Amino acid sequence: MDTVNKPARRVDALGKVLGESRYGADLSFEGMLYGKVLRAPYPHARILSIDTARALALPGVEAVLTAADIPGFHTFGTVIPNQQVLAKEVARYQGDGVAMAAAATPALAQQALDLIRVQYQELAGVFDPARAMEEGAPLLHADCPGNIAAHHVLEKGEVEKGFACSDIILEREYETQLVEHAYIEPEAAVAVPQTGNRGVTVYGSIQNPFSCRKALSRILGLKLNEIRVIQSFMGGSFGGKDEVMSALCARAALLALKTGKPVKMVNTREESIREGYKRHPYKLKYKVGATREGKLMAMEIKIIADAGAYASQTPFVTWRSVVQATGPYEVPHVRTNIYGVYTNNCYTGAFRGFGSPQIIFAQESLLDELAEELGIEPLELRRLNGFRQGSVTATGQKLDNHQVSLLEVVDKAVEKSAYLTKRRQYAAQRGRFRKGIGLACSFRGCSLGAEGVDATGAMVSVQYDGSVYVYSGLAENGQGLQTIFSQIAAEELGISLERVRFMETDTALIPDGGPTVASRSTLMGGNAVRLAAAKVRETLLGAVLEKLRAAAEELAWGGDKIWVKADPRRSISFEEAVNAACAKGELLTQLGWYKAPKVTWDDRHGQGDAYFTYVYGCQVAEVEVDMETGYTRVLKITAVHDVGRAINPETVRGQIYGGVAQGLGYALLEEVQQYEGEIKSLNFDEYLIPGICDMPEIEAIIVENPDGYGPYGAKTIGEPTLEVTAPAIASAVAQATGRRVRQLPLDLERVLLGRSLQKDRYKRREGGC
Amino acid sequence: MNKLPVILTVNGREYKLTVDANERLLDTLRQQLRLTGTKEGCGIGECGACSVILDGKLVNSCMVLTAQCHGSRVETVEGLGTASKLHPLQQAFIDYNAIQCGFCTPGMLMAAKALLDKKPDPSEAEIRQGLSGVLCRCTGYKQIVDAVKAAAREDK
Ligand code: FES
Ligand code: FES
Repeated sequence: MDTVNKPARRVDALGKVLGESRYGADLSFEGMLYGKVLRAPYPHARILSIDTARALALPGVEAVLTAADIPGFHTFGTVIPNQQVLAKEVARYQGDGVAMAAAATPALAQQALDLIRVQYQELAGVFDPARAMEEGAPLLHADCPGNIAAHHVLEKGEVEKGFACSDIILEREYETQLVEHAYIEPEAAVAVPQTGNRGVTVYGSIQNPFSCRKALSRILGLKLNEIRVIQSFMGGSFGGKDEVMSALCARAALLALKTGKPVKMVNTREESIREGYKRHPYKLKYKVGATREGKLMAMEIKIIADAGAYASQTPFVTWRSVVQATGPYEVPHVRTNIYGVYTNNCYTGAFRGFGSPQIIFAQESLLDELAEELGIEPLELRRLNGFRQGSVTATGQKLDNHQVSLLEVVDKAVEKSAYLTKRRQYAAQRGRFRKGIGLACSFRGCSLGAEGVDATGAMVSVQYDGSVYVYSGLAENGQGLQTIFSQIAAEELGISLERVRFMETDTALIPDGGPTVASRSTLMGGNAVRLAAAKVRETLLGAVLEKLRAAAEELAWGGDKIWVKADPRRSISFEEAVNAACAKGELLTQLGWYKAPKVTWDDRHGQGDAYFTYVYGCQVAEVEVDMETGYTRVLKITAVHDVGRAINPETVRGQIYGGVAQGLGYALLEEVQQYEGEIKSLNFDEYLIPGICDMPEIEAIIVENPDGYGPYGAKTIGEPTLEVTAPAIASAVAQATGRRVRQLPLDLERVLLGRSLQKDRYKRREGGC
Repeated sequence: MNKLPVILTVNGREYKLTVDANERLLDTLRQQLRLTGTKEGCGIGECGACSVILDGKLVNSCMVLTAQCHGSRVETVEGLGTASKLHPLQQAFIDYNAIQCGFCTPGMLMAAKALLDKKPDPSEAEIRQGLSGVLCRCTGYKQIVDAVKAAAREDK
């Protein structure tokens, strides 16, 4: 391979280092107005009346709109369309928009909001999901009894029998926190009315242009082909710029269509944190049974996830949790119940990991605790129960169509980190500063799995001078997708990367290929690019064969030329091949469409082949804890991930470093402070993410077991990187302190005292905060 | 609103501007001068996306009023290099894959430049210290540190 499986410079790097790449907030159009939205002051309130007259009278204000002005539906959503673009009768959390204004300047738009008078009737709210499930709790959505947004069940074997056969039974409760994506770029969008035609074009930091277009069509009452969504450069997303961007784009579009002028809307950081969805907090109850030797016999799991006010991706997030909740271990008898529950908290949705970081924290902590009870080294417990070739998962799926590399990645991480030596060395420490080392591993289903339709497209277009365009329905969010797809196109055509230009995602130019989520881009989109490029190559081949008078098998492609293997002097350049094909009137633009292999799912029992392939990862964390303050310093993370095949090892490593950083934040620092639906940590002074001085040495190790389905064998890397970091750190902290913390984050209080001084995550703090 | 005349030299070019008394340097750069390479991530001096060099010193341009910069020299990412002649830091960021979404990149580059201007041969700890005012959510910082090290070597 010439281009694939080699480091390549990012194709989008130049514009970014020059400061020329335009992000949503950088865009500007002639006559552009600025939009601002007024949000609900209460987490749950009935809107009695809205008076916009004074706001409208302000000179320079061109439109003031409420839900009553929306031509289509005022709600949208991928699974259950109950999210409000502007609240109609009831505001269900403090991020809900109530009214909005467009004016000549942002300051004027803000002034207009101050002049809008809204009468509310405050309603009783519910903030603790367990409480929200009880009878008599306030209902968020009339059609959802018990406030249940999602409920998934999994039944394998006979769990009672499994416990009866166990020598030891352990019950533990774990808890994870509300986490913010904290992409450095706050949401931004510009909507421009189309001229000459009905419709609107929207630009912005949009993770999923097609989901956005679908929402807009529903809200604006326009046809899909009347809405064009063009992605700008994205200042990070991590799953976070989906529904919140659909809402922002819809608002900008409503104002643009009302005024006939371009309208730009940019959230401040405070607005972004107040309105944008977050990672679900989970409460997890695990009961595990095992034999004396450590063989797992049964697990019973009950999980409650806080969905917040709207469904968003909760049904899918909790579905991934139910599939993976027992971890990469063989457990013959399993019963899992997971509930996603509506509350008047900020809603929760997609966030890198997508329902896995929570369960992995619980299941890996549990395995450690079980090992301790049994007097076995945690590593041994994993070796004893970990998936091997042909193992059967909790959903009854036999893992035999790909290399099951769990033990390979675990062994490698153990070796590279000198885990066993250090584990012994740190076993009995005294003194103020104590070290610990811990390990966590995972398996992860690639792409969407049985969540839904999984197919995507790409277009490769060779120009008559031999330069190439690549278009994709999946979007660059900063992860490096453009570079990976360009490398694949270049590899397939045997040309240098410099010839390829990647076009921004534009819903008018390429078929809807589903969302850029679930670490599916390289696997799904990469296959689509490869198919498209292969079709072009097939066309070129016709012309080449005539020129070189050789059979297809005798030819080699690469380095911008095609030659006869046996006689390299008989060759033609890529340009000549293109010219020859053009002279014959051939089409050198092709669409590639890739449909995922079949998966199956039985909803009633939670059984089936949930994903068509899986990846495996293991991380080892080494920490030092100050026993007097509880301060935990991470000394090193060794991260080993099987990616199938690294299309670009440098960007794979970049994904690992970045994922580990987010995992470290999840473990030690990050928690959105939310009390009775009011978020207190609205900016980076209160919401702390890892800075450059918080980051330890990270050793990133790529393992390659090419997958039968992936392009060149490539699978997935984006999400696995962050899901195992927190449990590895928690395990290391437990070794250092001799005490297991079962709640995230492991902040000073929890590490020092074993509990948080904050009484209840959902209650208002005494005396405010 | 009080309007004030301000003379500012940005990337070597002098501008005579009229600004609001409460206008932030960040807004002047982004809106009046259309230099949108400098980004806004928080508006409260925490993220460093808006970092520029003001009279030789690294500042958060969201925390500086333009009216206070009369007669000052400002360097932004747009003045660092050009496509045909990249600054060694820009080249190193490309070579070391120090960029993902790129939103922190201008701030990182300016912080790194301010550091290397003062300390051409920094240690790793000094690099981390020098860049500590800029947050990145994508990269885990490692490849950024590597890039700055390489650019420092290159510069010698
Ligand atoms: S925008 Fe200035 S520091 Fe964040
Ligand atoms: S590259 Fe995205 S914030 Fe740094």
